[in-house]
Amino acid sequence: MKNNERHLRAVDRLTDLAGEVYDQIDSGKIPKMMIPLRTKGNIRFDPKSNVWKYGKAMGARTAKKLTGAQMLLRTMYMLEFIEDMIKDNKSSTLREMYYISEGWAKAKFSTQDESNMLAEDLEIITTCMREDFKLRPEEDGARVIGNVTIQEIDRKGKKKKINCRDDVGDSGYGIPYNVEKEKIEFIDCDADFIIAIETGGMFDRLVENKFDEDSHAVLVHLKGQPARSTRRFIKRLHEEMKLPVCTFTDGDPWSFRIHASLAYGAIKTAHLSELLATPTAEFIGITASDILNYELPTDKLNDKDIAALNAEKTDPRFNDEFWKQEIDLMLEINKKAEQQALAKYGLDYVTDKYLPEKLTEMGIIK
Amino acid sequence: MSSIAHELAKKQKEISVSEFFEKNKQILGFDSLTRALITSVKEAVDNSLDACEDASVLPDLMVKVEKVENNEYRVTVEDNGPGIVKKQVPNVFARLLYGSRFHTRAQRRGQQGIGVSAVVMYGQLTTGKAAKVRSKISDEDVAYECELILDTKKNRPDIIKEDFVIWDRVHGTSFQIHVKGKYITGKQSIFEYLKGVAIVNPHAKITFVPPEGNTVVFERATEQMPPPTKEIKPHPEGVELGELLSMAKYTESLKMTSFLNNEFSRISYRVAREICELAGVAPDARPDKLSLEEAGAILEAIKKVKIMAPETDCLSPIGETLIRKGLKNVLGGLKAEFYAPPITREPKVFAGNPFIVEVGIVYGGELCKEEPVQILRFANRVPLMYQQGACAITQAIEAVDWRRYGLEQRGGQGIPFGPAIVLVHVASTKIPFTSESKEAVANIPEIKEEIELALKHCARRLKTHLNKAAKKGKAKVKFEIVQDIIPMIAEKSAKIVGKPVPDIAGTITKIMNVVWIDDSVTFEKKKHHISVKIFNYTPKSKALHLHMLVPYDKIDQKSLEVKPIEIREGNKITWDLKRISSTEVYELAFDLVGVPQEQYDDNEVYVSHIDPASVIGVEVLPGDWDLEHLKITEEGPDEPLEEGEEGEVDYDESAEVVKNEE
Repeated sequence: MKNNERHLRAVDRLTDLAGEVYDQIDSGKIPKMMIPLRTKGNIRFDPKSNVWKYGKAMGARTAKKLTGAQMLLRTMYMLEFIEDMIKDNKSSTLREMYYISEGWAKAKFSTQDESNMLAEDLEIITTCMREDFKLRPEEDGARVIGNVTIQEIDRKGKKKKINCRDDVGDSGYGIPYNVEKEKIEFIDCDADFIIAIETGGMFDRLVENKFDEDSHAVLVHLKGQPARSTRRFIKRLHEEMKLPVCTFTDGDPWSFRIHASLAYGAIKTAHLSELLATPTAEFIGITASDILNYELPTDKLNDKDIAALNAEKTDPRFNDEFWKQEIDLMLEINKKAEQQALAKYGLDYVTDKYLPEKLTEMGIIK
Repeated sequence: MSSIAHELAKKQKEISVSEFFEKNKQILGFDSLTRALITSVKEAVDNSLDACEDASVLPDLMVKVEKVENNEYRVTVEDNGPGIVKKQVPNVFARLLYGSRFHTRAQRRGQQGIGVSAVVMYGQLTTGKAAKVRSKISDEDVAYECELILDTKKNRPDIIKEDFVIWDRVHGTSFQIHVKGKYITGKQSIFEYLKGVAIVNPHAKITFVPPEGNTVVFERATEQMPPPTKEIKPHPEGVELGELLSMAKYTESLKMTSFLNNEFSRISYRVAREICELAGVAPDARPDKLSLEEAGAILEAIKKVKIMAPETDCLSPIGETLIRKGLKNVLGGLKAEFYAPPITREPKVFAGNPFIVEVGIVYGGELCKEEPVQILRFANRVPLMYQQGACAITQAIEAVDWRRYGLEQRGGQGIPFGPAIVLVHVASTKIPFTSESKEAVANIPEIKEEIELALKHCARRLKTHLNKAAKKGKAKVKFEIVQDIIPMIAEKSAKIVGKPVPDIAGTITKIMNVVWIDDSVTFEKKKHHISVKIFNYTPKSKALHLHMLVPYDKIDQKSLEVKPIEIREGNKITWDLKRISSTEVYELAFDLVGVPQEQYDDNEVYVSHIDPASVIGVEVLPGDWDLEHLKITEEGPDEPLEEGEEGEVDYDESAEVVKNEE
């Protein structure tokens, strides 16, 4: 990545931020930064884009408290670090930045979560993206199989065409961390829909059963909570190739959240929901009703599961009839099930029976 | 029939002392090889310390353990006590149940006259070797030396060899024995035992030469002898029937009333007559003619008559100062955070025996945090090494809810966890042990209750300290913000925007808006250096009165730049600090000369003439300081702080809220 306007704009924004803190101290005030509260209580549905974004509630990160003061100090160090990287035309992974902070004395991060969070804070405050700061995530290894042709600019700067069914092995096409236009373009596609799958086991099952070919589907492995690039990839594929999207996960409260962040926008990255969320994505299952209808093998909900379900009941993203019903039902039966539990009826059951039934029900296949 | 009787008679033989010993090894403390070695050292050390104290000599002991072969060790214990006259040496060391203690009621380590003779017997049974004793009393020119064995059939000493030798000691005794044993280090080792001895006998110097050769010296922590303990007559409440009968038989008194008055404590003639009357025994009856029934009646009468509690000056507690000294001395290089001022309770009585309980607690610092607290048990200044669970001391510790006092404890009972050492000392004219090996104090309700009370009392002091530390910790956090973080933010932000580093005074006073006082004591070159730093983190200049509890005559006047305005009772000192500007750091410092290190290890600092709400780090002058004109200076309230915008929410840094998705 060369320095360009995006980076220069980022430097301006970051310098302004430091300037605010400087002016506060210079005028004898307690330095503080105002940041939108990143809580489920502060996300609002944006009818224009059909996704959930941060609301107007702001929190003050002030130097009155030790953690606040530390975060402000870290912010200053991080600003300096980012500006230096842009100046020197370097970039770093989030993990590298976490390790860089080892040399920041009292500004040292104690976990990588902290440094990742601060990077997101800066995105929100400056309305830049972390790529503008020359920060990138680790490759996260999510994969794609299906009849889609992509043109990727490889590391030598050459354009390379890849068909995600014919040019890849069984593990599929690995989604890179940068999926913007400057890196990949969608050239061609012969599929009817995208199916995003939570677990590697199920992804491999659908691959082995040739579900992509038989049902004209693009299979995307989410690897748990999907990374930004995975969500962005799905969104672009959906918009540019006009493919409907559906999510196929385990049947537990955590999987509901995977669908929510893919379809409605994640609380943590609500400032980017417009870029990352695919509001028309549909949830296939496993639903609580599936557990009953398909008589799936189950586990009992543990305390954390129950707490998570109850938290979802006050999460505005789940505030519709479908989710209310499913969440209440899961609490009532006190059970959860894995997507691979469908193997109870044989290895082909999921592709021969379950998915066709559910997809037809949703009108995705006719 | 008679032949059968003769047959039986052949089998009926006298049970020898040695057989008795063999059967009762455990209660005597010889049940394992490791323990046998410790017991051997312990009995000899007990004897030596008792002897030194009897003669008011500061004990100087040498304990040497040498490996002879496989399981055989040579133990030598040498003291600087008064020595033993030649005639008595064999009886003291090689005759069971012989000694000066059994018939007296006084706080002694040895009580029964079994100890050291049992060691001699154990030695000869396991190695076949005799004990070697050398003793010199101060009016003799030479020392008497002999080799002894115990004739186990007759319970008499046999002198195998004796001689007079030149010995460079003025007086003292050396005892040497070969025993079968096993030398270990760590818990329940001779080293730990001697360390315990050193804690509760801070007046003793103990040199230990272990088999591996690295000599350890436990130096004396005080030159002060424990006050000599008085012998007392038995208190009537604890007397048992047989004891009363035998006392009556051997008394020199001719009348019942004078017998009761002479042989018991706290029985006046008036009380004696009252007892006789209640028991239906003639006051002038001859005591040696006392019948079993009459004796029983007298015991009953004693219970009904009001008798004063036994006198208690026969006890020798270690005392608060010396417990603290002993603990510090023995912790050596390990730095603890806090020594709770030790508690010495008032004497109490069980079954006619006075007793006293003492407790000391050391907390924090470099002590181990993950393990159960270390318990140091002592009875009459003797460390108890074994049978911890059976001991009333342990049981009392387990019964206290330590969670209230800042230690971890599962379910509020059992031995607590945390970085602490709990020391308990029980002193009595008669310690009720669970067995003859004297390793555990019996669970007598009166004693256990006293221990619990003492523990709680001491633990409250610990809790007070912990509370204070927590309060200071909170303030320290803010201190870190203004001292370290704000300057760094100022510097970094200045660098990014390319401007000079801004003045942070305004920001600092807004964050703190208090006067922060931090005091410290350090000891170096025989001087206490005392420093009180006053950080005025308010936007205005401040004046205040600072009060300290310090012995004024010990202050090195040269070091004292600011003279106090008042000195009361020699140690209540007041300074008037007239003007400390906003964000100024003012230091009041001086040295103390000629105060022993452990006598001053924490400052007592108070303030007055300032709004107490604006001061952190020290307490407001308590009412009992008794100062006149104690009032807060008239000063307008500080202008209210700009507390952010109306209804501003703090950004939650816990990160949990936003992470709950994954």
